[in-house]
Amino acid sequence: MNLINVFLIPAIPLAVFLVLGIFSHKIKPAISGVTGVAGLAVSTLLSYYTAWQYFFVAGKVDGAYQTFIEKTVWINFTETLHIDMGVLVDPISVMMLVVVSTVSLMVHLYSRGYMKGDEGYTRFFAYLSLFTFSMYGLVLATNLFQIYIFWELVGVSSFLLIGYYYTKTSAIAAAKKAFIVTRFADFGFLIGIFIIGFYTNTFDFELLNDPQGPAILTWASTSFMGLSAITWALILIFIGGAGKSAMFPLHIWLPDAMEGPTPVSALIHAATMVVAGVYLVARLFPMFYMVEDGFALQIVTYVGAFSALFAAIIAITQTDIKRVLAFSTMSQLGYMMMALGVSGLEGHEGVGYMASMFHLFTHAMFKALLFLGAGSVIHAVHSNYLQDMGGLRKYMPVTNITFLIAALAIAGVPPLAGFWSKDEILVAAYQNSQFIYGIGIFVAGLTAFYMFRLYFGIFWGKDTEYKKIPHESPASMTIPLVILALLTISAGFIPFSELVTADKIGFEAHINVPLAAIAVTVGLLGILLAWIFYKKENDLAYRFSVAFGSFYRWTSNKFYFDEIYLFVARNIFFKNVAAPIAKFDKKIVDGSMEGIGNQTVVISNKIKNWQSGKVQDYAFGFIGGVVILTLVFIYIFSN
Amino acid sequence: MDILSLFVIVPVLVILALVFTKDLKQARLVSMVGGLIQLGMAINLLFAYFRERAVNDSIMLFTRDVVWFEQFNIHYNIGVDGISVSLILLTSIIVLAGVFISWKMEELPKEFFISLVILSTGVYGFFISIDLFTMFVFYEIAVIPMYLLIGIWGSGNKEYSAMKLTLMLMGASAVLMVGILGIYFNSNADGGALTFNILEIAQVNIPLEAQKLFFPLTFIGFAILGALFPFHTWSPDGHASAPTAVSMLHAGVLMKLGGYGIFRVAMFLLPAGALEWSWFFIILSATGVIYGAFAALRQTDLKYINAYASVSHLGMVTFALLMLNKTAWNGAILQSLSHGFMTALFFALIGMIYGRTHTRDITKLGGLLKVIPFISVVYVIAGMALLGLPGFSGFVAEMNIFMGAFQQDSMFYRIATIVSISAIVVTAVYVLRVVGIMLMGPVKNEAYTQLEGTTWYEKTGILLLLIPIVGIGVAPLWISNLIMESLQPFIQGVLL
Repeated sequence: MNLINVFLIPAIPLAVFLVLGIFSHKIKPAISGVTGVAGLAVSTLLSYYTAWQYFFVAGKVDGAYQTFIEKTVWINFTETLHIDMGVLVDPISVMMLVVVSTVSLMVHLYSRGYMKGDEGYTRFFAYLSLFTFSMYGLVLATNLFQIYIFWELVGVSSFLLIGYYYTKTSAIAAAKKAFIVTRFADFGFLIGIFIIGFYTNTFDFELLNDPQGPAILTWASTSFMGLSAITWALILIFIGGAGKSAMFPLHIWLPDAMEGPTPVSALIHAATMVVAGVYLVARLFPMFYMVEDGFALQIVTYVGAFSALFAAIIAITQTDIKRVLAFSTMSQLGYMMMALGVSGLEGHEGVGYMASMFHLFTHAMFKALLFLGAGSVIHAVHSNYLQDMGGLRKYMPVTNITFLIAALAIAGVPPLAGFWSKDEILVAAYQNSQFIYGIGIFVAGLTAFYMFRLYFGIFWGKDTEYKKIPHESPASMTIPLVILALLTISAGFIPFSELVTADKIGFEAHINVPLAAIAVTVGLLGILLAWIFYKKENDLAYRFSVAFGSFYRWTSNKFYFDEIYLFVARNIFFKNVAAPIAKFDKKIVDGSMEGIGNQTVVISNKIKNWQSGKVQDYAFGFIGGVVILTLVFIYIFSN
Repeated sequence: MDILSLFVIVPVLVILALVFTKDLKQARLVSMVGGLIQLGMAINLLFAYFRERAVNDSIMLFTRDVVWFEQFNIHYNIGVDGISVSLILLTSIIVLAGVFISWKMEELPKEFFISLVILSTGVYGFFISIDLFTMFVFYEIAVIPMYLLIGIWGSGNKEYSAMKLTLMLMGASAVLMVGILGIYFNSNADGGALTFNILEIAQVNIPLEAQKLFFPLTFIGFAILGALFPFHTWSPDGHASAPTAVSMLHAGVLMKLGGYGIFRVAMFLLPAGALEWSWFFIILSATGVIYGAFAALRQTDLKYINAYASVSHLGMVTFALLMLNKTAWNGAILQSLSHGFMTALFFALIGMIYGRTHTRDITKLGGLLKVIPFISVVYVIAGMALLGLPGFSGFVAEMNIFMGAFQQDSMFYRIATIVSISAIVVTAVYVLRVVGIMLMGPVKNEAYTQLEGTTWYEKTGILLLLIPIVGIGVAPLWISNLIMESLQPFIQGVLL
């Protein structure tokens, strides 16, 4: 396969970023928008071409998809250990190229309408390009260090985009929070990388995932505190992934990240960057699976399942529509992690892996659609809050229909995309453990419920008294909605089990009819419940919130996790570590240096009195000195 | 004339020329031309070095040996390897940038530039010396103008700061002198003559007892200049009072003499002492790394923040040197370079902000992105570089340091390493704190909406510093190879 095209895919957004970034004050907004879109369109076409080439023309040898790598040394650590830069083409990286390109292009198109008239228009497109470049680099990475490098770059573009409205205090705080929380997670990631580098002497995915490679062959010989050191490394790497993918308890930055412009939320905090953690685990899946009988993978399963449940519960009580979607994202990411956790490696055993990637793909489409739809609504009513909305279906027909399609998809209603991928996840969970399956199916019900609470709340119910009659968004915004809606309808029919599998050999996937029926029923029940509560104006929801008073308070305050973190950061680290250190430095360390200085002055003041000018003093000193020296010499020479 | 001695002679000629200048315009023009010539010489040296290295595999190239003081066997003995070449390049860039940043130095311009050039002469001389005594002399030449530069052109509590800085560095020199003399008087251990020549001493087996005694003296003597915890307190006050260009040169170049000296003298000549003492200094360095970061978190004066950040980042240099392997040492040199550029850039930016708003207190500033976008954007970029974002030099350096530190497989090293790595989180916090308070947010003061834009000389100064940061960060292989090759003879000494 020719990989030159693949190198071009990230190179184009990088070039666009540099041009727009350096000349941001000289370029007219109209031109920067067109440059951004055009550049990305080329990358997207190249991505599609690569996908077509790979999946249907050149990728397969003897029924198995091959891995193509092209790389060069970036820096040497030792004779054998080095960081490479390059591209790696295999089923999941190609799939991610398609996801990133598609969503990013839609967001670029949409932003031309959404951001119109904003004073930082060019800057916005520059950041979007930077992000897209970093994300491409991340998915194409050939080794752990390269993925870390782009991981950080993705993090900084996320920081810049969340803090896009940089005069707004809440946006600054959110941007800082996102960066610092993920940085903390990356601290774990980095140590994990170093451990792997030390024990296996390589960072390459190919070697690490190789059953005959250094990681999988030698993990048993590297014991540390009851576990293999490689397992520790995997857990630490997963912490990094959990930070980016907003897994419990590192999720706190994601809801706040909604301070960024809505297209950003759609691109970064729903469809692409946040799946980086899932992608990382999938990338190292053979290692996760084979080292220490998948101990680290079990952690992935439980963290994923718990996050899915935790976030779904919180999503029910949120009133900011973007935050509902943020928690929904977290919940669905938990689903993907969980699916990876319960997966096996070969043939149909690996259905969880396939399902996870499948869900990643479909989720990207319908969640981007939901966010862009929410953006369209926010654009119309100038508020993020449910209480300022209602009855919008009359004013915004396109947004209404596309949002409904996405909501049905996430609720798992056939034949929309979400149904197919979610069904596979539940099959995988069922094969592995009843308990995990139980959580999965319960979360599916909650998802349908909170999503339709949102849908009915926005588009049905009574009209709020709008100051200005809301109107449908311009075509630049609705066209991406329609395209994404079409993808949401059709994406489920992609034969993922033949394209993207753990062992890269396709298998036949069947719909498990009883399980599918249960899932659909639960989803419909959730929708029905939401219908009863929220379709028409009534006080049912209010009565429930009163009846479950304390539980309601806990969930609507996100179980007070923000407060806990704030306490640790502010009261413990800032007040009780940094402040005492600063004081210690001033008083003790500097104080003792000052002390030495001052003592010198004091002593010299005393000594200077010896220079009194009185002959008798000198004579006394002189004779005293002679006596002392005489004694000393006698002592020395008498020995 | 040999290619290296020019680095001492050209600055002297610049000083002579400066003596005849009449006003600021002439003084800065002469300084700029001098700076450009030095930069050209440094680049030329780099290429000459590559050419020469291809055919010559001795440790030091372009050597020249002139007897200076025969009785004590003191020579003017010079030569360079890849490490000194890269540091000379750093120096020449920062000197030139410093001239541009001081473009409007109204007060006694001639004397100011003369002092600045004297300082840089000392630095160049230090980097090319192979003779311990010559090296020490150049070190003093570099340190002494600091007193004048801070005392005369400084701000705030400048007499106090100048005195404190000079006294502490003189104290360091005294300790260092004892260390160097200790090495000198043991350089005949194998029966030869007493010598100050580093390459000759390296061949001598200095007795273990002497190594144990003189290693800490030499190490501390140099480390005080490198702001090793707990001997760093001269640096925040000194930087706070120093004029911008002096802070740049001092933090960017002069403090690098510490790490370089440790590497060239303490480690190379006293390897057994290094092994013996490394645990102790690792504790100090690792403490300094995290301590400096936390201390920076609480400061409100921009220069103090940067000074403590330097304590943290230079702690990594000594930390890496003590790891005694090639990867970490490569990281240490890269970190010296990277920190040199970054910290000089920071001081330049702080100077520009202070020049416009007349305050360095971040709580009084706010929303600068809106009013001085160029400076603010560069500040964000510099901050990102400081917190080790890939694509900038700091990342490359830190990864080498940490990976090298991880090669040491024992619990003590592991813990010290993880403590040091954890500083990357704290660094992110203090960098973003400044960015959040000072650059973002609403404009705090009405008067700030009228701030002057960035001038061409300021932009030139900034770009001079920014380009290497990005250059090393994006394509680190060539400079890393340049350093790595030169490390070989040094690492052999330690491994024996």
